[in-house]
Amino acid sequence: MTAGSNQTPLLEVRNLRVEFPTRRGTLVAVDDVSFSIAPGEVLGVVGESGAGKSLTGAAIIGLLEPPGRIAGGEVLLEGERIDNLPYERMRRIRGARIGAIFQDPLTSLNPLYSIGRQLVETIQTHLPLSAAEARKRAIDLLKEVGIPAAESRIDHYPHQFSGGMRQRVVIALALCANPRLIVADEPTTALDVSIQAQIIALLKRLCREHGTAVMLVTHDMGVIAETADRVAVMYAGRLAEIGPVRDVVKNASHPYTRGLMGSIPSLGVRSERLTQIDGAMPRLTAIPTGCAFNPRCPEAGQRCTVERPDLMPAGVTRAACWLYAPGGVGAALTREAANA
Amino acid sequence: MLAFVLRRLAQSVAVLLTVGVVAFFMFRYVGDPINAMVGQDTSLQERDELRQKLGLNDPAPIQFLRFIGNAAQGKFGLSYRTSEPVGRMILERMPATLELSFCAAMFSLLVGVPMGVYTGLYPRHWSSKLLQAVSLIGVSLPTFLVGILLILVFAVFLRLLPSFGRGETVDIGWWSTNFLTTKGLLALIMPSITLGLFQLTLIMRLVRSEMLEVMRTDFIKFARARGLSNRAINFGHALKNTLVPVITIAGLQLGAIIAFAVVTETVFAWPGMGQLFIQSVQFADIPVMAAYLMLIAFLFVVINVIVDLLYFLVDPRLRSQGGAARVSGH
Repeated sequence: MTAGSNQTPLLEVRNLRVEFPTRRGTLVAVDDVSFSIAPGEVLGVVGESGAGKSLTGAAIIGLLEPPGRIAGGEVLLEGERIDNLPYERMRRIRGARIGAIFQDPLTSLNPLYSIGRQLVETIQTHLPLSAAEARKRAIDLLKEVGIPAAESRIDHYPHQFSGGMRQRVVIALALCANPRLIVADEPTTALDVSIQAQIIALLKRLCREHGTAVMLVTHDMGVIAETADRVAVMYAGRLAEIGPVRDVVKNASHPYTRGLMGSIPSLGVRSERLTQIDGAMPRLTAIPTGCAFNPRCPEAGQRCTVERPDLMPAGVTRAACWLYAPGGVGAALTREAANA
Repeated sequence: MLAFVLRRLAQSVAVLLTVGVVAFFMFRYVGDPINAMVGQDTSLQERDELRQKLGLNDPAPIQFLRFIGNAAQGKFGLSYRTSEPVGRMILERMPATLELSFCAAMFSLLVGVPMGVYTGLYPRHWSSKLLQAVSLIGVSLPTFLVGILLILVFAVFLRLLPSFGRGETVDIGWWSTNFLTTKGLLALIMPSITLGLFQLTLIMRLVRSEMLEVMRTDFIKFARARGLSNRAINFGHALKNTLVPVITIAGLQLGAIIAFAVVTETVFAWPGMGQLFIQSVQFADIPVMAAYLMLIAFLFVVINVIVDLLYFLVDPRLRSQGGAARVSGH
């Protein structure tokens, strides 16, 4: 594991807040989220649909769809603040220092241009290479992501590739300028299961070889367990828990994370039924006060409905849960404290 | 690809034959051509001889084949009105109409496409909303009214532009052109705007809605994530993806511009084919009308074949054999 907490983080997100102004008030889609990614580290971000994990990724690369906007907090890349940069300066960072991979490889590529053209234009946007040099680099990249016969395939169009091959091309595009960080938003969700494993293995290998850090956004815990060094669990726009992947998967602290892990089927272990979390994630218009998870939480105490917990140390991980309040005062015990 | 071209050509021939049938029946059922050709005092016998000589007693299919055969060689007989060969009459008028149509089409494309791109990229900007509103007027105003208003302002009040005719023309072989004299160019301005205005607004609105659609696609979002410049995204990636529908409509509209130049040519007394057609209708000059019909059908067919071939140039998915089947597959 390359994660080292004493290094300068490659990416640091501090108290990020993403808002969507609507006619009926402002929706807070990402609320006070802080985390960091070390160079070469793979951070998995998991959560249900609508938990704000993709929006966090979009906010980092500066591509929130209007009217969504960063309403607070800051994003630092190698110590430099990037969330408030003008469009043109941020554009030069995208692709060059932060690459991106999107969910659906079938729609990520422009159908009217050959993949070679799309690679070359990306390379030439960020690197001072001649057309011939850029083409050579494009062929090398295609070879690296495992496209057979790259020299001839480079002139093919996206529709001439299968879904898995297209995602390889997308990964090559993200790697064009050798970025330090890749934000991968559900990179395997649209693929067949057999292809998913290949793409994950490829992504893992490339990032290890290039020393590229990855923010891997997904709802697939299997992918996270396979790939990530650390995991951040999001719920209703907030961080519920963050910690090393082993500890979060095997020994989760936050009741939500435990529920999430309990709902994953595992081979070999033959249990009657999977556990499930009762209820559904709240809508952004009706996030409960206190801890957003409290109405569904089996261990919620009174304090949980009143006061919002910050991330606090909970064993090896850090969890936003009053069960781990400093001094060992759990949520249930604080009921009296809140009454007093 | 070759099979496709051959199939399209066969379809074109079928279309032209169908139009030929319509044109042919105009001869047979819109009055008796002998009556139009001879005087009142011609005897019945002489009329029969003429009928025989012109082949009008032959069975209809034979006559039709003869008509089509002649039409294919550009022979449409003599005008009832002027007794000149119809082919030559139309050829004389053709440069005026084609030059006018060309200018109108260029005007509508060169102004309409950028306006569409702009309003598509900045749909919420006030100037886009203004252009949208103005374009609604352009779509709903009838052509003749636009022409008359332009004449009123620029010819009557401001006295800047000529109100009728082609101005000075220069002959290059049989082709007479407006493009080589200042007066000729000035004379082109108002008719071109009048003729092209409707198409301009149509193309603008089409490009706008296509741009709005394309800008929402994943590959544009991914192009942004790759850090491409706005110019490369807007014009390289987005605009090219709007081209297939735009080419289709622009092609059809080019045919419409040529065919419906009739109104504009009448308003501006433009000595083109449209004006000739109007005069022929007034005199029931069937050979001219039939020839005009065939010519317009021919132009439409040619434009459509060109449009189909342009699709291949724009969209690689059509180029590869069986490409369409693999678009959705893994």
